[in-house]
Amino acid sequence: MFPASFGYVAAHSVEEAVQLLTKHGEDAKLLAGGHSLIPAMKLRLASPRTLIDLATVPGLRGVRMDGNTLAIGALTVYADVASSELVQKHLPGLVDAASVIGDVQVRNRGTIGGSIAHADPGADFPVILTALNASFVLQPRSGSRTVAADDFFIDFYTTAMAANEVLTEIRVPLPMAGSGTAYVKLPHPASGYVVVSAGALITRQPSGSCALARVALGGLGSGPVRAVATETELQGKPLTPEVIAAAAARAAEETDPEGDTYASAEYKRHVAIVYTRRAIEAAVQRASAS
Amino acid sequence: MAAEIEFAAVPIKVTVNGVKHEAVVEPRTLLVYFLREHLNLTGAHVGCDTSQCGACTIQLNGRAVKSCTILAVQANEAEITTVEGLAREGVLHPVQEGFREKHGLQCGYCTPGMIMTAVSLLETNPNPTEEEIRHGLEGNLCRCTGYINIVESIRWAAEKMGGKNVSR
Amino acid sequence: MTTDHTPTGLIGASIRRVEDPVLVAGKGCYVDDIQLPGMLYLAFLRTTYPHAKIISINTNAAKAMAGVLAVVTGEDVKQLNIPVAPMVQDQKIPPHPLLARGAVHEAGVAVAAVVAQSRALAQDAAGAIEVEYEALPSVIDAEKALEPGAPLAREELNSNICYVATKKGGDVDTAFAQAEHICRMHIASPRQVALAIEPRGIVVKPEPTGDLTVWLSTQAPHRVRGDLATALGFPEHKIRVIAPDVGGGFGSKGPLYREYVLACHLALKLGRPIKWIATRSEDFVTTIQGRDQAMTSELALKKDGTILGLKVRVVANLGAYLYSSTAGPPQRMMGMAPGSYQIQNCHVEVVAVFTNTTPTGPYRGAGRPESVLNIERLIDKAAKELGLDRLAMRRKNFIRPEQFPYKTGVGVEYDSGDYEKSLAEAMRLSDYDKLIRERDAARGRGELVGVGVSTFVEPSGGAGFESGTVRVERTGEITVLTGSSSHGQGHETSYAQVIADKMHVSMDHVAIRHGDTLAIQQGVGTFGSRSMVMGGGSMTLAAERVIQKARRIAAHLVEAAPEDMMQADGGFAVAGVPEKKVTWRQIAAAAYGGRVPPGMEPGLQETVFFDPRREAWGFGAHVAMVRIDRETGKPTIEKLVLVDDCGVIINPMIVEGQVHGGVAQGLGEALREQMLFGEEGQALTGTLMNYAVMRAGDMPHLTVGETITPNPFNPLGVKGVGEAGTNGAPPAVANAMMDALAPLGIDHIDMPYTAPKLWEAIRQAERRPAARS
Ligand SMILES: Cc1cc2nc3c(=O)[nH]c(=O)nc-3n(C[C@H](O)[C@H](O)[C@H](O)COP(=O)(O)OP(=O)(O)OC[C@H]3O[C@@H](n4cnc5c(N)ncnc54)[C@H](O)[C@@H]3O)c2cc1C
Ligand code: FES
Ligand code: FES
Repeated sequence: MFPASFGYVAAHSVEEAVQLLTKHGEDAKLLAGGHSLIPAMKLRLASPRTLIDLATVPGLRGVRMDGNTLAIGALTVYADVASSELVQKHLPGLVDAASVIGDVQVRNRGTIGGSIAHADPGADFPVILTALNASFVLQPRSGSRTVAADDFFIDFYTTAMAANEVLTEIRVPLPMAGSGTAYVKLPHPASGYVVVSAGALITRQPSGSCALARVALGGLGSGPVRAVATETELQGKPLTPEVIAAAAARAAEETDPEGDTYASAEYKRHVAIVYTRRAIEAAVQRASAS
Repeated sequence: MAAEIEFAAVPIKVTVNGVKHEAVVEPRTLLVYFLREHLNLTGAHVGCDTSQCGACTIQLNGRAVKSCTILAVQANEAEITTVEGLAREGVLHPVQEGFREKHGLQCGYCTPGMIMTAVSLLETNPNPTEEEIRHGLEGNLCRCTGYINIVESIRWAAEKMGGKNVSR
Repeated sequence: MTTDHTPTGLIGASIRRVEDPVLVAGKGCYVDDIQLPGMLYLAFLRTTYPHAKIISINTNAAKAMAGVLAVVTGEDVKQLNIPVAPMVQDQKIPPHPLLARGAVHEAGVAVAAVVAQSRALAQDAAGAIEVEYEALPSVIDAEKALEPGAPLAREELNSNICYVATKKGGDVDTAFAQAEHICRMHIASPRQVALAIEPRGIVVKPEPTGDLTVWLSTQAPHRVRGDLATALGFPEHKIRVIAPDVGGGFGSKGPLYREYVLACHLALKLGRPIKWIATRSEDFVTTIQGRDQAMTSELALKKDGTILGLKVRVVANLGAYLYSSTAGPPQRMMGMAPGSYQIQNCHVEVVAVFTNTTPTGPYRGAGRPESVLNIERLIDKAAKELGLDRLAMRRKNFIRPEQFPYKTGVGVEYDSGDYEKSLAEAMRLSDYDKLIRERDAARGRGELVGVGVSTFVEPSGGAGFESGTVRVERTGEITVLTGSSSHGQGHETSYAQVIADKMHVSMDHVAIRHGDTLAIQQGVGTFGSRSMVMGGGSMTLAAERVIQKARRIAAHLVEAAPEDMMQADGGFAVAGVPEKKVTWRQIAAAAYGGRVPPGMEPGLQETVFFDPRREAWGFGAHVAMVRIDRETGKPTIEKLVLVDDCGVIINPMIVEGQVHGGVAQGLGEALREQMLFGEEGQALTGTLMNYAVMRAGDMPHLTVGETITPNPFNPLGVKGVGEAGTNGAPPAVANAMMDALAPLGIDHIDMPYTAPKLWEAIRQAERRPAARS
């Protein structure tokens, strides 16, 4: 219930945070909202010797438009993502996700960057951000680099980020005209984390057929998985309920989820199909409304 | 000795219920224990070790948060309101009153957290629907009341506050 | 008995709780709120093995840590055990040490304990203790534990059976020989975690006088004190147990737990106050859990639905160690198997089994929900098999109002009831016929919708006596001391209503005191829906004695005959001369000032130890309508109507609150809660991350109704109500679920009805070609 002892340093710039990370090496961890790290430390599943606080670094919060990209500071909390007018206008699917993470209190503390960096297999943002083709700006010792969501999530709690990099920004390209985005989630009845979830970005041609489909699923693997067969199936087809259902039926192909005390693997695969359909339907509806 | 320097205590300044406090805390001190044991504000309770129950809910810079999942050092320079800070000159906050009026508590252990969550809810949404109230309480567990009267209590308070955002 | 009593209207009024102003202000005082100078903290190292031999324990590193005052293992406290009183003849009682000695028998058992200067340091040190184990085979499921060749949960015994108890009434063999139909059923009630939001905890302070003051989150301060004295070998009269504000219990805070005894032992040894507060994860695996009974029944019937006889076999999972109350819940079936029906030929067998799991014990209902679930599912199943209407079948077999007091086949006498009346009220409130029409229409559309009913009895009060003292102070204010201490039930309000009403004073004239063994005469506690029946009963009798004495004093003061003194607002007045009044203050002044009638003892205080030697049988009828999403299996409660009869109602607001809370727990059991252990016995749902309870958004709308059938054997006419929701709601939901799934040919699924479980059943049924509809 009480974390093991550690040292605490408040960083005042990203550079300082990177320096501190480099200095303390393996034993140090960045602290953002702390809503994954502190619970783990309380149960002593994690015992870093040094915490480097990013919350004290100015300029890492908020949502802004950067050309055709929505740029979200890594330290922006979920509640602020959900209530951002920019996000509401352009990326309702991201609002869907930001509104179903944990609970009110968690959404007031947890940060989008922390969620991405932590790469919990039950997390919401990795899934929707994969569907939205987001990319992540990382700041190593010098300069910065950008990694696409598709290449970022490597394994359970493992990302393409190096140990001494800081995630500073989440960049989401604005969907083309005629697009809709949506995210639906089956939460675990106890933890509230993802049992299965589906995020969709659908671009609809004026003719009504599908110009682009990106669908990502949560809960089926070590991180978000793209429903490639579903996406291919939709490509160029009219977005009728039948087409959507047929495409969604292929969502769980090639996935091999693990059963747990709540849901069996079969159930997860089945729900993935249902929720993929629901996410696509919701995205299509928004595309039509836009 | 090296370890002691490495894990050195950290000075913090916080304003709690309008009173400024300065303290030096071990980094591993959780905010809820700082409030309970350093400041003797025992209204925020601890009901779990996985951040689920919400009994420890307080307001940090005007937002409802779980004080068991925040380090005291993270609250440096923050404004905190706990359940003890709601009443004004002995007059209960309408939400507190509502809980009594509508029997929104039994054992009372979840109550401070429920009240703090509800106060925040009404600050952002002065006229919540029943649905919104229930959704707003998803981070708070009560094992006694079945929530029904808690929802009623919050509705009562919303009405009493006239659907107005009583910023405090 | 006073004959001239005119109620002042307090009984039956929804008075706002006197407890609340303090609690809503965050100024309550729970055990963890107590801070004492020089206080030390206790922490434990617990095993994750369900069953293992301890090869070695190395405490050197822990002992060497700064701030650590003591590190102890089982060997250091081998004289100390949890005392267990046998409940059943030939019950086996294996050792229950404070810290494991030689072996562990359930995951969560403490192997070593640390006392340190802070909680964090204590936890650090506990984590530095090294233990080497040799795993032993474990057994988790009680029915499997009875199979030949099953591993022994407790290797010191020669079988896994703790006790076998039977009860037989009437002529069961003939009943079954004459049966035209026999309905058979196997049903299991899922293991539940009580999960009071305040975890268990203790603060103990050795006093300079050699006394011991203990603040404990407990439901039964007096009982625990007695057990503590026995466990420690320390004089009971030198122990003061205080139950401060207690954050819920639901049965689980009844026993004396290991940590409490150890904390006291170490506090005495170190001469310093000690605090131990369970973490939630610790609380999960160390606090008694509920239910976990498998029931196999046979119901002998005539074709017209008349019940001829009943046989029930209960296999109850007791876990690995016994508390005194652990043996209790399964035995409920021996008194409750017939439910609300006339069943004279009845045979009940209870087989109580040790397994390598957390001990079980009373949890809201404590054997009642299991019994109700069994008979209510059985009636539905039988009605279906016989092609009869399930309500008609219930009505046919109900004990009728004129039959009370009614002795059932298991030899228990029910006091009073009108089961038809509560069923009719539930039908009315739910608009039952309309529900059925809606169900049928939905079914026609291929939807899975079901309606279920339960009609149940709820014995309350039991477990010996309760005590009440009513004392009129010198100023005429009234103090009531009750052995029944509250942990959320609102005693300070309801009891004050009772006493104020009886004594014709305003409520603020009455103070209810409880939860401190120093102030209160011997008492029992709060559990089993007993508080108003027993605590209320005892103080009412005490108040009546005080009133009688006061009447004589008042008569003496105005030189009237006692018979002419009538109770009046705030005291007594001479009949027909209301201005000739004597206030409680004047009476008290006389009682303590030597102005009592000749031969009368001074003082104005009476204590009653009340034991009606029978339980109070509340009852009710619940109706549920459920919908199951065919695609995902997700269940929704569309309607839930609860009609409870708890006799006379003192405070309707509080009673309704009890119903709500019970229903929330009952629905948790029906829909999501289940403590699971893995194949190897590890706790799979031992945190709030995986054990799912009802949240605000999960609760359906409730329609709460009542009927009132006063209890003729209680001074207040009351019966208990605290467990109504956990008794009646789960079987109503279970019956509704099975009704919803009936078109698919599904006739049994055990609770909890989670979406994945329902989906799996639906999928399997749909694969069976015949069932496709
Ligand atoms: C009760 C509860 C319920 C929850 N439910 C959900 C849920 O339903 N869905 C969900 O998705 N999540 C859920 N979470 C997790 C929550 O979203 C966390 O906030 C999130 O996973 C981590 O974000 P954080 O800001 O709190 O990060 P922290 O806990 O501070 O950090 C997490 C990890 O990321 C690293 N890190 C953080 N920020 C950066 C950065 N900018 N650059 C590099 N590394 C960084 C840290 O070093 C650490 O290893 C829940 C948490 C709680 C307590
Ligand atoms: S103590 Fe349970 S959420 Fe904070
Ligand atoms: S009132 Fe007891 S937990 Fe809510």
